[in-house]
Amino acid sequence: MIASPKVAIIDCGVGNHTSVYNALTLLKIPAAITCDPEAIASSTHLIFPGVGSFAEGMEGIKERGLLELLQEEVMVRKKRILGICLGMQLFVSEGFEHGHFKGLGFIPGKVIKIDTTASGLRLPHIGWNDVHVIGDHQITKGFDRPPIFYFVHSYHVVPDDPSVIAGVCDYGVDVTALIEHANVFGAQFHPEKSHDDGMQIFKNFLEM
Amino acid sequence: MLKPRIIPVLLLKNGILVRSKTFTFHQHTGNPVEQVARYTAWKADELIYLDINRDDAHDFRETLHLIGNTTSHRDVPATMTNNMIDIVRHVSERCMIPLTVGGKIRTLDDIRIRIKNGADKVSINTQALNEPVFIEKAARVFGSQCIVVCVDVKFDPEKKKHEVYAHFGKDATGLSPVAWCREAERRGAGEILLQSIDRDGTAKGYDNELIRSVSDAVSIPVIALGGVGTYQHFVEGLAEGGASAVAAANIFHFSEQSIIKAKKHMKAAGIDVRL
Repeated sequence: MIASPKVAIIDCGVGNHTSVYNALTLLKIPAAITCDPEAIASSTHLIFPGVGSFAEGMEGIKERGLLELLQEEVMVRKKRILGICLGMQLFVSEGFEHGHFKGLGFIPGKVIKIDTTASGLRLPHIGWNDVHVIGDHQITKGFDRPPIFYFVHSYHVVPDDPSVIAGVCDYGVDVTALIEHANVFGAQFHPEKSHDDGMQIFKNFLEM
Repeated sequence: MLKPRIIPVLLLKNGILVRSKTFTFHQHTGNPVEQVARYTAWKADELIYLDINRDDAHDFRETLHLIGNTTSHRDVPATMTNNMIDIVRHVSERCMIPLTVGGKIRTLDDIRIRIKNGADKVSINTQALNEPVFIEKAARVFGSQCIVVCVDVKFDPEKKKHEVYAHFGKDATGLSPVAWCREAERRGAGEILLQSIDRDGTAKGYDNELIRSVSDAVSIPVIALGGVGTYQHFVEGLAEGGASAVAAANIFHFSEQSIIKAKKHMKAAGIDVRL
């Protein structure tokens, strides 16, 4: 682990930040829940949790005046950022939940509804699912069996470049569970609610 | 593939854990915070805490002595009271799996304070029956994934049909569980927690006819509750009832490793559980 990670859990009004904070506290990692630009700029790692819709999430970022700051921190200063659930979805260029919206654009790609027409499965996809690790990525270190994570979502990320996908789960179709693209990481599931396997994701992210 | 969830339900009365039988008999079983680490280690997939205290004016401090002076108290900060919000906060600090909190939720602020203190979802029951549009309001503000509608059901042997009850199973509503659960889904509920009052604490197994009727009628997940006495009852709730998740209270309280044992039984029956 690097000397002392200083984590900013970005609060844009969407999401259960307390759970992420509690998980980091159990790992003895100092963290602050914040939307303060200075706190975000002075942190070593950013975590962006979120639940809700794509449009609401983008609105939350803009309302707090964080759009340019996040783009600067992540794209120019190459600060490491982990998006969780909706947080990860906002990293891509466009979303199609109740309309067509522009995302943060860290990863070229789109967010679409999970296609259950063939499988007839229920949406949202709620519960624990096996994740199959793909390729050789930092975020998936340390698992000696397919990890199991807790998911709650109806939409998922489809990146233009499939090599950024670090893990998928099977829900009738391959659902993007983990992405890794240089300093940008995303988990569609909730690591903070996925017991030991979820804690491993935080450790992997914070050890970089 | 997605794994069926096994969910312990912890009933809280005046801030301490109790067991229940047909919604009436309550016996003290211990400390609400201490159970979290055990249930998580035993691979519980989620936890549901339901506050079944019926007296809003109760002084929570009066019952603390009932769970004091035990070794189970070691994990609990001295500052904790048995106020529900305080309990949610302390439980969530240790809860690395999804946490649902229910009981006496009447307003959006009641939901907000529970989420702020670490709950991932809330379970609403009587308020949804009193004011069905409350489900829509709550789903709009907090998202459907956060809103579990709890439905208490009794079977009427004379009319030979199931009926939804409000106020801890006291008041008949005249609603059929299928019609009410469909309405809850339409208004934005993310999941249904379907509880049989007749089976509560009886160990006779789930009311699988009830569970099947609702799980066939809605497309959101249905969590079965009420009646589990053997691990085989979980298998039946999934196979016969068609539930997405199986919940129970009493069976988990008094046996070491109970959830792991239940999951091993289910795995042997061919169910892909998280172990």
